[in-house]
Amino acid sequence: MLGRGGTLKVFAGLPLAWLAAFFVLPLLLIGAFSLRGGAGALGPAEPWAVSFEQYAEALDTPAFMRLLGVSVLMAVGIAGLATLLAYPIAYFLAFRAGARAPLFLTLLLVPFAVSYLLRVMAWKLMLGPEGGINSLLATLGLTDDPLELLLYSRPAVIITLVYVWIPFATLPIYAAMQRVDRSHLEAAADLGAGPWARFWRVTVPLSVPGALATFFMVFIPTVGEYVTPTLVGGADGIMYGNIIQGFFTRSANWPLGSAMAMIMLALTLVVVAIALRVIDLRRVTP
Amino acid sequence: MPLGPVYGAMLAALYLPIAVLFIFSFNAGTSLSFPLVGFTLDWYEAVLGNGPMLDAARNSLIVGMASASVATTIGCLVAVAVLRFRFRGRGLLLAMAGLPLVVPFVVMGVAFFLLFVAIDVPRSLLTVTVGHSVIAIPYATLILLARLSGLDPALEDASMDLGASYPTTLRRIVLPLMAPTLLSAWLTCFIVSFDEIALAIFLVGGDPTFPVFLYGQLRFAQRLPVLIAMAVLLMIGTVVLTLIALRLRTDDP
Repeated sequence: MLGRGGTLKVFAGLPLAWLAAFFVLPLLLIGAFSLRGGAGALGPAEPWAVSFEQYAEALDTPAFMRLLGVSVLMAVGIAGLATLLAYPIAYFLAFRAGARAPLFLTLLLVPFAVSYLLRVMAWKLMLGPEGGINSLLATLGLTDDPLELLLYSRPAVIITLVYVWIPFATLPIYAAMQRVDRSHLEAAADLGAGPWARFWRVTVPLSVPGALATFFMVFIPTVGEYVTPTLVGGADGIMYGNIIQGFFTRSANWPLGSAMAMIMLALTLVVVAIALRVIDLRRVTP
Repeated sequence: MPLGPVYGAMLAALYLPIAVLFIFSFNAGTSLSFPLVGFTLDWYEAVLGNGPMLDAARNSLIVGMASASVATTIGCLVAVAVLRFRFRGRGLLLAMAGLPLVVPFVVMGVAFFLLFVAIDVPRSLLTVTVGHSVIAIPYATLILLARLSGLDPALEDASMDLGASYPTTLRRIVLPLMAPTLLSAWLTCFIVSFDEIALAIFLVGGDPTFPVFLYGQLRFAQRLPVLIAMAVLLMIGTVVLTLIALRLRTDDP
């Protein structure tokens, strides 16, 4: 470590300065704006009256709280579905694909490299009243009238987001399964365990940390979504993030929007704390 | 249980919507519905004549390259500081470099929006670049940490025993060994930025990035075929870059 002292100042100092200025400070500013009284596009030059009225309004408006609940439930459902669907895929890659696993994994990841917006748009086209599914059904003579329910609904948001996340969701589970010591499986077989017993009593417990990691890594970006709900959810499919975004665009109300963003941030940090706890616990007690 | 077909079905479900987009980009009709009307390359030709769209793509290219450069530099500094030094605040540095990954983009969007209002900087490609650099830092840091932790510190000690200063050692020994991973991290950050919309919506001024432009145009049904043709072209680009980035990482010894 001799002669490295000056280097450290740059190597630790520069990233810390950048992140303090452009990550920590902006988040603190939300906190500051959320504690202001008043409404509208209140710039920093307008009078600052310290008040908790924004939090009172955000927490007392049933429509906001209901939407927060719905968003959390949707994120739980989407993360749960993505994890469940990704699990057999990861199992296939880790235990059945053999030497071709890298190729199969790459094939799975290519759709994830396709623009997020493009994939959402693809589903918009697929689900629309004149979209792929409906016009295909009509062309095949299976339906007379388009299925109206497909687009602009909560299910449309759920289908689209599960689709968007599946390739990514496979990765943590696959990584956990790759670490499963094959000799454990052999030992279980030697002791008379059949394929199902080996799966349930060896593979599943050892891959749970990966599945949990997947769940949380999908949950966190999903709970704050507002772009996908706008595109495929319509008026019935909006999420909590849509209201926050609305307060900074159409109906400008920065203090209230800030308070709602703080609530979302607090909720996310609680979830992250739980995630770190749960996943670490599993690692120390295998 | 036969899992091969399950994997195959999943793959088909993942590629089908993209294939549908691809097919419609060659369809002669303006409405995006079956039955197909006929084959045409008109939409791809129209891409070349669509100035605002090409400008938006160029904007995304600039923002992506600039933010990837900032994020990769910072990720590299963090990786070296955390793995090669013992100091107070080491855990804090690592946590701060990773945390942008767990803050929802809508919250980061509000945060940056208020920051640039507070310091009175008009929103522009520069503000998008700053925003994207922050959300890309965790990706760069994680990729570079993984590579540097597999690099024997004895190489650096040997270099310094032979009289090189630590900065020289980093430049002559560590950087060349990390070069493929640095490029891979840079490409990953570039793709993160190139594709990003939820944060960009809060940060663009009059000059949109491509995703923001696309988002604004989706309401106009008759413009969709050209947009899809352009999106297909960009898709091919990002897929190729992603494959290169993955390849560079797996080639590491």
